[in-house]
Amino acid sequence: MWRDAVLVAGKDLRIEGRSRVGLSQVAPFGIVALVLFAFALGPDRQVMAKGAPGLFWVAVLFCTVLAIQRSVSVESSDGARDGLRLSGIDPAGLYLGKAFAVAAQLVVLELLLGAGVVVLYGAHIEVPWMIVASCVLGTIGLAATGTLYGALSSGLRVRETLLPFLLLPIAAPVLLAGTRIWQAAMAGGLPSSGTQWLRLLVVFDAVYVAVGVVLFGPIQETA
Amino acid sequence: MAHAALPSSAVSLRDAVALAGRFPLLAGVDLEVAVGETVLVEGPNGAGKTSLLRVCAGLVPLASGQLAVLGLDPARHRTAVRRRVGLLSHASHLYDDLTVRENVRFAVRAAGGDTSRIEPACERWGLVGRLAKTSAGKLSAGQRRRVALAVLTARWPELWLLDEPHAGLDAAARALLDAAVIEAAASGVTVLIASHESGPVEALASRAVTVTGGRVTGQRALPSSSGGAATPTPTEARVAHVA
Repeated sequence: MWRDAVLVAGKDLRIEGRSRVGLSQVAPFGIVALVLFAFALGPDRQVMAKGAPGLFWVAVLFCTVLAIQRSVSVESSDGARDGLRLSGIDPAGLYLGKAFAVAAQLVVLELLLGAGVVVLYGAHIEVPWMIVASCVLGTIGLAATGTLYGALSSGLRVRETLLPFLLLPIAAPVLLAGTRIWQAAMAGGLPSSGTQWLRLLVVFDAVYVAVGVVLFGPIQETA
Repeated sequence: MAHAALPSSAVSLRDAVALAGRFPLLAGVDLEVAVGETVLVEGPNGAGKTSLLRVCAGLVPLASGQLAVLGLDPARHRTAVRRRVGLLSHASHLYDDLTVRENVRFAVRAAGGDTSRIEPACERWGLVGRLAKTSAGKLSAGQRRRVALAVLTARWPELWLLDEPHAGLDAAARALLDAAVIEAAASGVTVLIASHESGPVEALASRAVTVTGGRVTGQRALPSSSGGAATPTPTEARVAHVA
């Protein structure tokens, strides 16, 4: 399983490195979204800083949809998905590999968007480790759910519109927990209010990674 | 769905029905293919030839009937069957942003194949030099077909399922393909070749099976010149090839 996961992740990241869709399209989209949110909130820096946590995670969520759609479309051209099935590759390894590749892209995007939030919204972070922890756990959760629901929609002609419809409600706990953790990290003081949300993310990640490992194979065969 | 297949049987289908929604892809196929045999599956467009090969590859499940591939039920032993079967289909299963060599390497490694066979396979199909470093997205249809064939010959599975194998290939590549099929048959590999133009393929096979309307409607022996030629027993030949 792990050998297959490394193989698939390496392949997906190599393809992403060549096509640069993430850096040339998805990242600029996220930055543009942050700028538009800033326009919508107005020039008051305090209002923008207050809204920064939620807007960061909304932007990350939108970028996740694009990254997942890209991950699915890579396997849709020239029967590549059938090629993977025919190879007899471990479905759990395939799932973990694809999820890892998406997560790696999301980490880069979050670094860019995080810098954007600090610069554009004047967000001031008092407890950096909570921000890092929320991003790591949130990324795992989004990659795990996105890869699973991406596979679910992969065989359908309407996958581009169906994926956001399926994924966004499922990823709502990540948005909620991530926002609360960022708010706690920006407010400073006792991090206890943030840690309970971190626990929620840990449970969310564990459940969806486990579900993905178990269900990705059957979904691949029927999608 | 599994049944006790004879050890000498590479493919065994009994009253096999496969559906796409409500549309019957196979409507009760009975077919036995012995290990080491090369069989031509002929029939008009839409007869069910491609579906038959996809069923044998374990890509399409049976709705009813029985199937054994290399003595195993693909529904229960999915990974084991797929690792021993190679399908050359209409699609090349390539990633446009990877080079030719990277595509072959990934496909062989994903299938758990022997990576030392990658270079010889690329050389066999002329995928060397600058072409080996070219992105698959820049290849012609014929070149993509060659890459798919390089994957197949690098993996060298026990059952080759070739769907219109000559399509898109130039004369030189067709000759290479014919030679590869003959070599595979001589080494004990079982080969199913689906083609609506049986002429160019008949010389490779020992038997032709006609598929019409999702059923096997006839079969005939072919005056085989190579594919069904008497060789050492399949097991002996395969051992010799591996050695």
